[in-house]
Amino acid sequence: MIQMKNISKIYRIGGETLYALDHASLSIGNGEFVAIVGPSGSGKSTLMNIMGCLDVADEGKYFLDGQEIEDYTEDDLTRIRNFKIGFVFQNFNLLPKNTALENVELPLIYQGVPRRECRARARQALERMGLSERLEHRPSELSGGQQQRVAIARALVTSPSLILADEPTGNLDHKTGVEIMELFRELHGNGNTIVLITHDDGVAKKAERRLRILDGQVTEEAKA
Amino acid sequence: MMIQSFRMAFASILSNKMRSFLTMLGIIIGIMAVVVLVSIVSSTTESVQGELESLGADTLSVTVTTSRYQPLSVSDIADLPEEYESIAYAAPTTTQSATLKSGDTSTTATVTGTTAAYADINDLSLQSGRFLKSPDIDNNSAVAVVGYEAAEDLFGYTDIVGETLSVDGRSFLVVGVLADAGETLAGSENSTIIIPYTTAQRMFYVSGVTSFTLAAQSSELVDAAEADITSILMERFGDEDAFSIMNQSTILESMDSITDTMAMMLGGIAGISLLVGGIGIMNIMLVSVAERTREIGIRKAIGAGRRRILLQFLIESLMVSTIGGLIGLGLSWVLLAILSAAMGTSYTMSAGISLLAVLFSMAIGIIFGINPANKAAKMPPIEALRAE
Repeated sequence: MIQMKNISKIYRIGGETLYALDHASLSIGNGEFVAIVGPSGSGKSTLMNIMGCLDVADEGKYFLDGQEIEDYTEDDLTRIRNFKIGFVFQNFNLLPKNTALENVELPLIYQGVPRRECRARARQALERMGLSERLEHRPSELSGGQQQRVAIARALVTSPSLILADEPTGNLDHKTGVEIMELFRELHGNGNTIVLITHDDGVAKKAERRLRILDGQVTEEAKA
Repeated sequence: MMIQSFRMAFASILSNKMRSFLTMLGIIIGIMAVVVLVSIVSSTTESVQGELESLGADTLSVTVTTSRYQPLSVSDIADLPEEYESIAYAAPTTTQSATLKSGDTSTTATVTGTTAAYADINDLSLQSGRFLKSPDIDNNSAVAVVGYEAAEDLFGYTDIVGETLSVDGRSFLVVGVLADAGETLAGSENSTIIIPYTTAQRMFYVSGVTSFTLAAQSSELVDAAEADITSILMERFGDEDAFSIMNQSTILESMDSITDTMAMMLGGIAGISLLVGGIGIMNIMLVSVAERTREIGIRKAIGAGRRRILLQFLIESLMVSTIGGLIGLGLSWVLLAILSAAMGTSYTMSAGISLLAVLFSMAIGIIFGINPANKAAKMPPIEALRAE
């Protein structure tokens, strides 16, 4: 599913060379639920950006779904993000002026799916998240947990190969965080591949497998 | 893809109505300025041209500017229609200013000395009495045809056939009163009085004929008439600077060039306000792009490509400018209707200028939208997502 070999991302700041990722290698199989744990500044955001095709690595090879991501143009990366990846962000990143339904429809619209089908699939995804009563609500009219559910519905609606969650519980209270994690476990149970990025070991424990990232290098953590 | 982009752009315009309206205002005012000003100028031009044409496109007026040769005589002019097929009527004219008096009332008016043919050339109609006749000319009779207004000024009423009035101290019998010709640009006969040419010659010491007007048989023969009269005068004076011939089409042409220049000037000034409106759109779009950096980031993260984002913002500015243009056009129509009612003239909006205005406002939307839209499209998704 995901294979990274010696991925490096290098920033040059004032003549100094900084390795945000230093020959990081990892491999994630189909249907796995993996947590990538690391403190801030460890390079986990950079890793997520590369994994999510928001950015490209300077060195190394990255295979997503058997397809090598290398020297892609902005447009190619856009298409990969659209079809293969579903993002769940810490701060939800919903469009504030659109309703829940419109937010969830958006990736399908960008795929060029006919309008009626967009509607139906978005509705289905929201219903799956238990939000059938909240279709026409705007994000500001929803609680944090509900907003994150909308965001997860948006990530799921295209049936992506990979769901990439960046601190999905970071902005939620403990109880709601637990609920969201349960939701991820459920999705994992349905066969979705999930990569979760967090600094919180408690959250990471919910995952099936943990990778630890420190100073740009990734190490496998023994199963607890 | 296009339909969706239109929908998104429309939603975004609606979500910030006040700002969208203020952005449009520049275009609305610009379009109104262009359409209203150009419509007024072109309507005025049309009515002026209509008036000039009603004066007769088939008349020529000739002025002899030399005194070195034997001048033309009244009978020379009177013979012209018989000698040339192209010429229907010819009448000598002399225009003088004189003091008119009737009883205790006196006024200054233009006195035109001419012959019977003058009425035919200028399509004059009479309210009462008769026009000059050839015996009046032959006998230097002291008779006068009085303009409507001149009659009213002098007598207080217009039914004055048979009355006498004095012109520079000489007594004239009123034989006819001209019908009210209304106000025209070329000046009407309303406030003049017309007397026999020969009488005028004696009173004002005019020898010969220095100016005359003539009418061609038809408007197609105007050029032939002009050629004929030119050859006669060349034969007589042998110098083309000795006389000048004016026809209505020359006047129309010079009129045209004046109004064209005016329309262009006003259009140009109004165009500047449109340009300012366009800059307003660009300004707001740039602010909007900066404000919506995060939105752009989200859209890009979930799969909007550069073209999508570019299209979304471009269509947004296109819609703002087009809606603005259409509103401006509607308001222009209303304003012209009000002006027409208020001024008692009819200002019409031409289809051409309306179409041009709408196309122009669309072009402004695209031209001034490209830069902001491009900026939005090129934004790197990670940075856009990080923005607060």
